[in-house]
Amino acid sequence: MLLNIQDLYVHYKSYWYIHKVLNGVWLRMMEGERVGVIGETGSGKTTLLKSILRILPQNAVIPNGMIKFKEIDMLKAGETELSMVRRREIGMIFQDPMAALNPVFKIKDQLYDVIRYKLFAEGYNPTKEELHDHAVKVLNDVKLPDYERVLESYPFQLSGGMRQRVMIAMALISAGKLLLADEPTTNIDVTIQDQILKLIDRLVKQRGLSTILVSHALGMVRQMTDRAYVLYAGDIMEEARTSELFDHPAHPYTSLLISSAPKISTREIGEGIRGKLPDYRSPPIGCRFAPRCPYAMDKCHTIKPKRTIINTDHAVTCHLYE
Amino acid sequence: MSEGLDMYMDYIVSVSDIRKYFTIKEGAVKAVDGVSFSVKYGETLALVGESGSGKTTTGHVIMGFYPPDSGKILYKGTYDLSIPIKKRSLELKREIQIVFQDPGTSLNPKHTVKDIVGLPLRVHGLADSTSVYARVAELLEFVGLGEDFMFKYPHELGGGEKQLVAIARALAPNPSFLILDEPTSALDVSSQAKVLNTLRRIQKEKDISYLLITHDLGVVRNIAHRVIIMYLGKIYEEAPTDEFFRWPLHPYTKMLLSSIPTLTREDEEIKPKGVEAVGEIPSALSPPKGCRFHTRCPFAKPICSESEPPEIVADNGHVVRCWLYE
Ligand SMILES: Nc1ncnc2c1ncn2[C@@H]1O[C@H](COP(=O)(O)OP(=O)(O)OP(=O)(O)O)[C@@H](O)[C@H]1O
Ligand SMILES: Nc1ncnc2c1ncn2[C@@H]1O[C@H](COP(=O)(O)OP(=O)(O)OP(=O)(O)O)[C@@H](O)[C@H]1O
Ligand code: SF4
Ligand SMILES: [Mg+2]
Ligand SMILES: [Mg+2]
Repeated sequence: MLLNIQDLYVHYKSYWYIHKVLNGVWLRMMEGERVGVIGETGSGKTTLLKSILRILPQNAVIPNGMIKFKEIDMLKAGETELSMVRRREIGMIFQDPMAALNPVFKIKDQLYDVIRYKLFAEGYNPTKEELHDHAVKVLNDVKLPDYERVLESYPFQLSGGMRQRVMIAMALISAGKLLLADEPTTNIDVTIQDQILKLIDRLVKQRGLSTILVSHALGMVRQMTDRAYVLYAGDIMEEARTSELFDHPAHPYTSLLISSAPKISTREIGEGIRGKLPDYRSPPIGCRFAPRCPYAMDKCHTIKPKRTIINTDHAVTCHLYE
Repeated sequence: MSEGLDMYMDYIVSVSDIRKYFTIKEGAVKAVDGVSFSVKYGETLALVGESGSGKTTTGHVIMGFYPPDSGKILYKGTYDLSIPIKKRSLELKREIQIVFQDPGTSLNPKHTVKDIVGLPLRVHGLADSTSVYARVAELLEFVGLGEDFMFKYPHELGGGEKQLVAIARALAPNPSFLILDEPTSALDVSSQAKVLNTLRRIQKEKDISYLLITHDLGVVRNIAHRVIIMYLGKIYEEAPTDEFFRWPLHPYTKMLLSSIPTLTREDEEIKPKGVEAVGEIPSALSPPKGCRFHTRCPFAKPICSESEPPEIVADNGHVVRCWLYE
């Protein structure tokens, strides 16, 4: 097993309150697997990815849980071990490229650093020329034109999609084993997106890279993943092979989410799921989706449902299936 | 794309032949290179295109963050928008608003959501200290955020929540013209549907016009009345939305539509087939001669790399620039 997350809780502390976000999340994946995570805005997807790399914001606490990457216990690992993992094993494409890039350094300096650290970690000390050649190669891979200009630019001089591609390039350098992609292509047009997704797929096949893709673009998740998890308000509601999840969603939340997707074949917009995410300061004690669920029964409001296996590789967390 | 001068009055914003180059050590980045379009009252015009083709720059020029190098922008037929934002009247500043592409960096990290959304209300005298809370709550409700967000700081928000706050802030001063730069890129499909419905409703009630910059063709389909396609600083196609999806003309547009990863069979069927995304993305410092798309175009003819394609006016307000239709 490449990654094994069990019973993970993440809370955010603010001055007055505790926001209880992740509520016992699990996720398991094998080497070479492509896994998707979908769920509404604010469900905790970014929180989940950041906890894998142990880069949560300072006000976050992990009261309970286990994250095992290969043989490494990520929640107990020391700083040296973690930085080894971050430099050469797990790369992350961040949702907000502007926040991930340093505004006062040129792209060149930031990219060279990532390459240098990775090569250092492998016991090699590259020359300036090697750094430059490597940087040009990765920028080409992510279809960035004008690479000399890009290298000499500050982040604000690039367009949104160009910054995003720089970040993808950086993540791919460090992703020896696992790529965490958090909304990786939101600012890129679909023709370039298509080419980048093909590149990632090639790396999956050639290097045996594994990927976790978080995206609101359900069509992309369908195309790019083998298995997918549905996260709602900090709880895994469903997991299945991707095609099965989209063709035969079992959890009421999954069905409602999928049917809200905008279509290019009609002008109709769905209504969206009625209601909103719970207040994480005092989330529902039963099923966190109960207040919005059209099928909710009495026990849904009082008892937390358990993971129930309904088919090969298909599990659902819902009282309707217990 | 070309409109007679007498038609300016029908449009809330008309942009004619604007250019914006950025000069850097390596040369001039021709971000916007002769772009013309107009937005009608109460209309949603989608600005779609390649990443780096100058969409954000076009929006920022209209906002007055930097003046165009050349060309003219008129607001309501009379106000000159090539003057910088600092020199615009308070009323004009209120009427033209923008939702930035990077919502994270546009929210003041030291302010709570209530102060962020409340600021434009106070600046424009639309609420005082007693009424501001209720109005902010109402705006948050419009975008689907509860009152529990009032006292959060930007760093305590998820990606989509920042975007929702940015939209609420832009709607606060009751704008007449709103530029939405990738407004729903971080939103899940359910929150997105709610926001799009809200934007549509406000448009109907207030006759507000939107310039919608987006890579999401599903969103375009659902709220835009017309679409323009930009590629490397220039406009290559313009059409009413239905027409655009049914009969895309430009090869780049066909490539775009055929690259959308779809979810349903109906969507798969409407896509043009067999225009695979390949080829080298050209440089904005020295754009290809002739048609700027020819380096990636599967249908390119010899003339395409020689001279700029002419503007062809087809039926139903459909305009394309491509040698194939000559
Ligand atoms: N540093 C923080 N302090 C307090 N609350 C936070 C913090 N970071 C995130 N949150 C809250 O935790 C919840 C989950 O956030 P997260 O960013 O993980 O969601 P997400 O699923 O990635 O959403 P999106 O799809 O919008 O990116 C949200 O309600 C958010 O407001
Ligand atoms: N301040 C600046 N200095 C130098 N070049 C710039 C500046 N702002 C933008 N550019 C360049 O202008 C071109 C157009 O950028 P713009 O942000 O308008 O593209 P866009 O169409 O919005 O792309 P995206 O879809 O990726 O957001 C890009 O090549 C970009 O690098
Ligand atoms: S003008 Fe030529 S290169 Fe340009 S899109 Fe048309 S066929 Fe392709
Ligand atoms: Mg997120
Ligand atoms: Mg942009």
